[in-house]
Amino acid sequence: MSGIIATVQAGSGRRHSEVAAEAPWVRATLIGVAALFLGITVLLPVSVVFASAFSKGFTPFWAAVSQPETLSAIQLTLLTAGIAVPLNAVFGVAAAWLVSRYDFWGKSALVTLIDLPFSVSPVISGLIFVLLFGAQGLFGPWLSEHDVKIVFAVPGIVIATTFVTFPLVAREVLAVMQAQGSDEEEAALTMGASGFQILTRITLPKVRWGAIYGVILCNARAMGEFGAVSVVSGHIRGQTNTLPLHVEILYNEYNFVGAFAVAALLASLALVTLLVKKSIELNAALKARRLAQRADHDRRSLVPSSLRPANALHPSPAPAPNTGH
Amino acid sequence: MAKSSFTLRRRGVLPGFGLTLGYTVFYVGLLVLLPLFAMVLKASTQGFSAFVHAVSDERALAAYWLSFTTALAGAGINAVFGVVVAWVLSRYTFPGKSLLDALVDLPFALPTAVAGIALTAVYSENAWLGGKLLSMGVKVAFTQLGIIVALTFIGIPFVVRTVQPVLEELDTDVEEAAALLGAGRLATFRRVILPSLAPAILTGFALAFARALGEYGSVVFISGNMPMKTEIAPLLIVTKLEQYDYAGATAIATVMLGASFLLLFGINLLQRWARRAEA
Repeated sequence: MSGIIATVQAGSGRRHSEVAAEAPWVRATLIGVAALFLGITVLLPVSVVFASAFSKGFTPFWAAVSQPETLSAIQLTLLTAGIAVPLNAVFGVAAAWLVSRYDFWGKSALVTLIDLPFSVSPVISGLIFVLLFGAQGLFGPWLSEHDVKIVFAVPGIVIATTFVTFPLVAREVLAVMQAQGSDEEEAALTMGASGFQILTRITLPKVRWGAIYGVILCNARAMGEFGAVSVVSGHIRGQTNTLPLHVEILYNEYNFVGAFAVAALLASLALVTLLVKKSIELNAALKARRLAQRADHDRRSLVPSSLRPANALHPSPAPAPNTGH
Repeated sequence: MAKSSFTLRRRGVLPGFGLTLGYTVFYVGLLVLLPLFAMVLKASTQGFSAFVHAVSDERALAAYWLSFTTALAGAGINAVFGVVVAWVLSRYTFPGKSLLDALVDLPFALPTAVAGIALTAVYSENAWLGGKLLSMGVKVAFTQLGIIVALTFIGIPFVVRTVQPVLEELDTDVEEAAALLGAGRLATFRRVILPSLAPAILTGFALAFARALGEYGSVVFISGNMPMKTEIAPLLIVTKLEQYDYAGATAIATVMLGASFLLLFGINLLQRWARRAEA
């Protein structure tokens, strides 16, 4: 799941054997099975979302999307993601730096804790905050005394969303940092760079693409979270209603066009997320190829041509053909 | 920077250890440890017999069993088809490959509520596929089969994305050797490739299972939510919360959380095994 960029770089440029290959009909069958499986389980439902949203044309779609309650849900969703994503992005870089650069006591326990929100049911993620901040919760009496409302209000939605999405940036950045190592950072340190300079001039540019994908994915999940937010929100229309909760309300009111119209907005967000991922992968693959080419070139031109034997294998210092692939 | 008197820090010359450790531990403590602690505290204050009663009543037991079996079925389907998809994506080139590759990640990025209403629309009686299946005597929406369909959907990325990198790293020399020694392709797959994929497949299966066990959004729309029949454990927690039965909800959540911890522990062991198998 994590570390797409690390995976792409490792996996590029493999050679397939002719001896150990399947018969053409086996290939065709396997491709057919894979396409049919993903077609029925993924492509069909996603197409249905858009087909249902526009089933009665563009006007009902637009009417559902521009309804005041939808607009307030969009606003709340943007606000929630706007708080949760930056918090988790800063945490993600700090945690990835910590885990990839140092060995310390309790490291694997810390990594397990960072991953924990992934394996907790979203419903339980919501429940723990109700138990913490709700009327009968641990801090409930204190909060009601000071007239602070967290659960069944906007702060609860933000906190639950932050909890649910909190490993996403850390995981992506960590995978890239671990794959790249810290040689450049250590070199910069010996040349007298400060910690802040190392972070902003070396590490962040290096992990840029992993961090961007982590942030985009974190954003998609933050905007789409349903279970945890549903438990803490209290479903107050126009006040504590995020887009996914609004989908549920419209659906339960048998307003199917409206429900699918809002769902189409969220599905577009998911599609954009995947588009970004694809372009980052392509970029990483291109860069890996260019790096390999340059390394190839450097190796050959390391010895000045005047010192080379006359009948050298590669007499010209021109860029070598891309033989590595 | 932090110069600890005991050996907290063993390796790493780069600055920032104290700062990042402090910040990470603070953030994790505030956001993860404290709430979990509150929940365990809540569960323990309600008394042992009440806890046992809430955890073991008939409806709760039916919900655990349903969650467990449907999650197992969904993860099992993914373990089989996920390997096929990973194989096709890492070994073959064909038109539409990058579309297929993108589809794999979609369940991870698509909001679960959207998946829920979409699947319900596909498998309801008056839809094309749902109607076809119904005329063949298979009812999907509002049955346990519907729950399995939803749990299969959300588990797709896990097996594929765990198996795919291992398959790409696999040395084809061994396969060639097997072929030259006279092994058929199927025998090579069973005896040579499958054993080295096994840790990755199991890890992906466990990840998909763990995710499916707690899934809520995509299931509630398609399951019909009938107590004792199509009520999964996370839904029972929500139902109890809506009835202001906080103690009951917490008790069931504690059981589910215990199961998640066990799974997380198992997945960690599996990943360690997978890393050793790779090395």
